[in-house]
Amino acid sequence: MNIQTWPPDAAISLPLDVMDALLPMHVHVDAEGKVRHAGPTFLKMVNDEELIGRDLMEVFKIKRPAGIETFDALVMEADERLSVVLRSAEHLPFRAVILPLPGMDGAVMNLSFGLSFARAVAEFSLTLTDFAVTDQTIELLYLNEAKASTTRLSEHLTTRLQDAHATAQAQARTDVLTGLSNRRAMDDELHHLMSNRNQHFTLMHLDLDLFKQVNDTHGHAAGDAVLAEIGRILDRELRRTDFPARIGGDEFLIALRPAQSRAVLSRIARRLITRIEAPIEVGDITVQISASIGIVSTTCYPRRPTIEQLMADVDEALYAAKRNGRGQFSVFEPG
Amino acid sequence: MHGMINSAFQGFLVETYGSDVWDEVRSVAQLRFAGFEAMLRYDDSVTMACFNAATELLHKHPNALLEDLGTFLITHEPYAPLKRLLRFGGPSFAEFILTLDELAERGRMAMPDIEMPEITVVPMEDNSFRVKATWALPGVGPILLGALRAMADDYGALATLSLDGLDGQAECVRIDVFDTAHSEGNAFVLGEVPA
Repeated sequence: MNIQTWPPDAAISLPLDVMDALLPMHVHVDAEGKVRHAGPTFLKMVNDEELIGRDLMEVFKIKRPAGIETFDALVMEADERLSVVLRSAEHLPFRAVILPLPGMDGAVMNLSFGLSFARAVAEFSLTLTDFAVTDQTIELLYLNEAKASTTRLSEHLTTRLQDAHATAQAQARTDVLTGLSNRRAMDDELHHLMSNRNQHFTLMHLDLDLFKQVNDTHGHAAGDAVLAEIGRILDRELRRTDFPARIGGDEFLIALRPAQSRAVLSRIARRLITRIEAPIEVGDITVQISASIGIVSTTCYPRRPTIEQLMADVDEALYAAKRNGRGQFSVFEPG
Repeated sequence: MHGMINSAFQGFLVETYGSDVWDEVRSVAQLRFAGFEAMLRYDDSVTMACFNAATELLHKHPNALLEDLGTFLITHEPYAPLKRLLRFGGPSFAEFILTLDELAERGRMAMPDIEMPEITVVPMEDNSFRVKATWALPGVGPILLGALRAMADDYGALATLSLDGLDGQAECVRIDVFDTAHSEGNAFVLGEVPA
């Protein structure tokens, strides 16, 4: 700060009540550094009836600049930005400035809360009237509270949107009839599986036999009930890590991780076919269907296959199974 | 209109008249969603449709409903943060009234795009004031009447308030303050940030 006056020694002397109104957090010390007078808000914070006459350095600790232990050293920092704490509340830093008065008549130090304003105002139980009319600390407090309120509202909105988004996403990836994943979810899953070159997996393509007859004879409602039952069977018979999806009319695709041996796959395929062949009751009628399954594993290939290759080969395996009659499965062998 | 204002009106209807009344209002106003989001914006026509549906269903005079809304905003416990923000306006009710000039700026400091009433306070003889307010929608007068009356209670001031006609586009409220410390009022501590 560069104070310019004209004439150079011009000065005003202020009554103490004017000082109190302008700077309610100031303290006035004599040449020895003993407190002569303090603003009303300062008095409220220090809460010491014997403040007048005490040594300023007993009331304050100077945090910055470091190493200031005496009043004489403090006065050398005139006009500098100081960081100080009350010895009675060392956890609340104040911003401060000290200016010597003319004629070696002591000094005035003025304080503000800096960034600790919210905590300080709470701890010292300050009110609107404890601040100078021109002080914008009140506006800071107001903004601080307003920000807390609006942030809370934004967080509530974000949480609700996230929930709605998750629900919509789950719905978009679910086959309504069977509760299994749908084709879109399966496409994502396959891309995910392919993206990790070290991840080996098996694909099963399952196609219902005799399903068209159920639809033609008993109507679509019966067909839908049968599909729902297949959904339950797949959900029950597969492991949590497997990924079954209905990808079209009566077609299902299952991803098994990790890739399984031929013996295990034979067992799983046979078990699924047996379960599906069990009579299914739909209202008053009982229907019986079967399933054919084509199987391919990424481990079958000498080099990592593409998704298109896998899909073509699992289809071929499914046709091979169908050629052998109903209720058969076939594992693809390259070459 | 800002979602904050719409959701306040919705909250007022639900808390005062029940969620079945709100459901009817929604259906009459042909709202396609369950409720307003405080942090989104809605077309003014939606706000007006809800308000008109409510006055019709409740057989209330628009001014009476708006005055109740104003009271609700100040006295309903979940809106305590709003009342606290208003109390930053001044240490006494009379000083608070005089700083209503700054209300719009204050509101925008908290939420930059919220529609706040632009208020001019005209001090009259003997601790009386004329508060002139303009807003994006009609009805700010009765809302202020209810809200300021509740603020007087909160400060513990004895005051009478009444609608005071129009001044050009502005809706006016007259306030006569008889005693700024009539009762205890509610304490306002600066540093008490509600959780």
